[in-house]
Amino acid sequence: MTRENHNRFFDCVIVGGGHGGSQTAAALRQSGFTGRIALIGAEPEVPYDRPSLSKEYLAGKKSFERMHLRPEDFWTSRQVELMLGRRVTTVDAAAHVVVTDLGERFSYGKLVWAAGGEPRRLSCPGSELAGICYIRSKADCDALVEVLPGAERIVIVGGGYVGLEAAAVFREIGKDVILVEALDRVLARVAGEPVSRFYEAEHRAHGVDIRLNCGVRSLEGSNGRVRNVVLATGEKISADIVVVGIGIIPSAGPLIEAGAEGSNGVDVDEFCRTSLPDIYCIGDCARLRHGPGIRIESVQNATDQATTAAKAICGDLKPYDATPWFWSNQYDLRMQTVGLNYGFDSVVTRGNPASRSFSVVYLKDGAVLALDCVNASRDYVQGRKLVDSSARIDRDALADTSKQLKELSPEAL
Amino acid sequence: MSMISVRTRDGELHSFEGRVGTSLMENIRSAGFDELLAMCGGCLSCATCHLYVEELPRTASLATPSIDESELLEGSDYRQENSRLSCQIPFDETLSGIVVRIAPEE
Ligand SMILES: Cc1cc2nc3c(=O)[nH]c(=O)nc-3n(C[C@H](O)[C@H](O)[C@H](O)COP(=O)(O)OP(=O)(O)OC[C@H]3O[C@@H](n4cnc5c(N)ncnc54)[C@H](O)[C@@H]3O)c2cc1C
Ligand code: FES
Repeated sequence: MTRENHNRFFDCVIVGGGHGGSQTAAALRQSGFTGRIALIGAEPEVPYDRPSLSKEYLAGKKSFERMHLRPEDFWTSRQVELMLGRRVTTVDAAAHVVVTDLGERFSYGKLVWAAGGEPRRLSCPGSELAGICYIRSKADCDALVEVLPGAERIVIVGGGYVGLEAAAVFREIGKDVILVEALDRVLARVAGEPVSRFYEAEHRAHGVDIRLNCGVRSLEGSNGRVRNVVLATGEKISADIVVVGIGIIPSAGPLIEAGAEGSNGVDVDEFCRTSLPDIYCIGDCARLRHGPGIRIESVQNATDQATTAAKAICGDLKPYDATPWFWSNQYDLRMQTVGLNYGFDSVVTRGNPASRSFSVVYLKDGAVLALDCVNASRDYVQGRKLVDSSARIDRDALADTSKQLKELSPEAL
Repeated sequence: MSMISVRTRDGELHSFEGRVGTSLMENIRSAGFDELLAMCGGCLSCATCHLYVEELPRTASLATPSIDESELLEGSDYRQENSRLSCQIPFDETLSGIVVRIAPEE
């Protein structure tokens, strides 16, 4: 072990200063961990609330200061050494050493990898032009906000949550917005069809020109700046800015190179342990081997996995079994999701989407897997219990809004 | 002076000066209380900023919770009469002297 230089040894090194990394440090101290902790983060800012980027921060409604996950002096008071503005490039799992792009070497007792993901970039011709923006970090968002005043027409590539939230913000500040989605509906990877159709209708009613089944063939520019988006159909649409929201690529490179099992992310067990000794992985880049074997990109998942890993490090092995939840705000619509709809085989719509308050219940083999609730917090709260118990409830009873979900008895079939 | 007193889960009472113009949740978070998770950042989606209002200054009053806030609180196993989501309480001078207690972890 490279412990000769004591200053360079940390009992726990956390890589990534986002939602997961910061919560790991906090949870370690809450669990009584007294060793030295380093939090190494590539971004220069102290850990901040990322979801606000595509919502209030982009809209200019929330200052960055109000997005700090903890006050700056929290880290000093908890004896967490914040090392920002550097990126871990190499992990030597046998030697228990990480190396940063500044050439520093730190040895660790335990390593928690919480590096999140990088936005998936466009790869078509023209994708290197200026004026193509992503929304993952404060820096991305600031770069976008800087060019926003000069832009009248914005093309958004990708109809996922980030793209749709940005579309809502852009419409609210009066921009022309065209949203291009390659699949046949928005939110296709995360939500059922009724939810997709509802959001398409809402965005169209707010003036967003949504183009479905529509790939991007290339981008054309002048003077190095993007000017046109050329669709797969050959149609050309002019754009002052192109905002791309087509998902993320998990930042797992150095761990995979170090030999960790995984491909799309790092495989972890129910205690967030990787296949490498003393190395944990959490958040957007962790793929749970148990259950459906997917990565979950949410604040809840990053935060709860952080707690699981921190407890495991402190010898308190509690399997990760938190019920997933997620939210998205667009216009005056609050969507709340509980559970994972992965593998659902039928859906029930509860309430009328036209009333702008409804829920979609996802079922598999008759058991409730998940709910998407739009302006329906009551269903979200009460539906959680149905998800937790995998309740089997008659479809007609689920659809009947004259009864609250909590009044429905399981096995009502 | 606009004082806020927070009782943590271990029963200890801490007082600090609040900042007017932000929410009670943001004040408590900025003061470094890590028991209050406030996972959704204050947008009324998570209920992890749940606390009990133990004492209000005599002349102060709080607006009644919105339907969404009440419904979110409904889901808590620890809901009490004086339960509130702290991100929904704007902090101003009239609340100086407020005493709150952080609700148990769900
Ligand atoms: C615009 C936007 C809106 C979102 N909205 C919502 C929402 O409404 N609700 C919700 O639940 N979730 C939302 N999410 C998802 C949520 O933000 C993520 O799931 C969450 O941040 C994941 O936490 P994490 O710790 O895994 O990664 P992150 O929070 O991304 O943190 C990872 C950090 O690690 C750093 N890093 C990467 N590689 C290295 C390295 N090699 N060395 C050092 N540091 C490194 C990164 O720079 C980053 O700071 C949103 C995400 C985005 C981008
Ligand atoms: S912080 Fe999420 S509801 Fe208050």
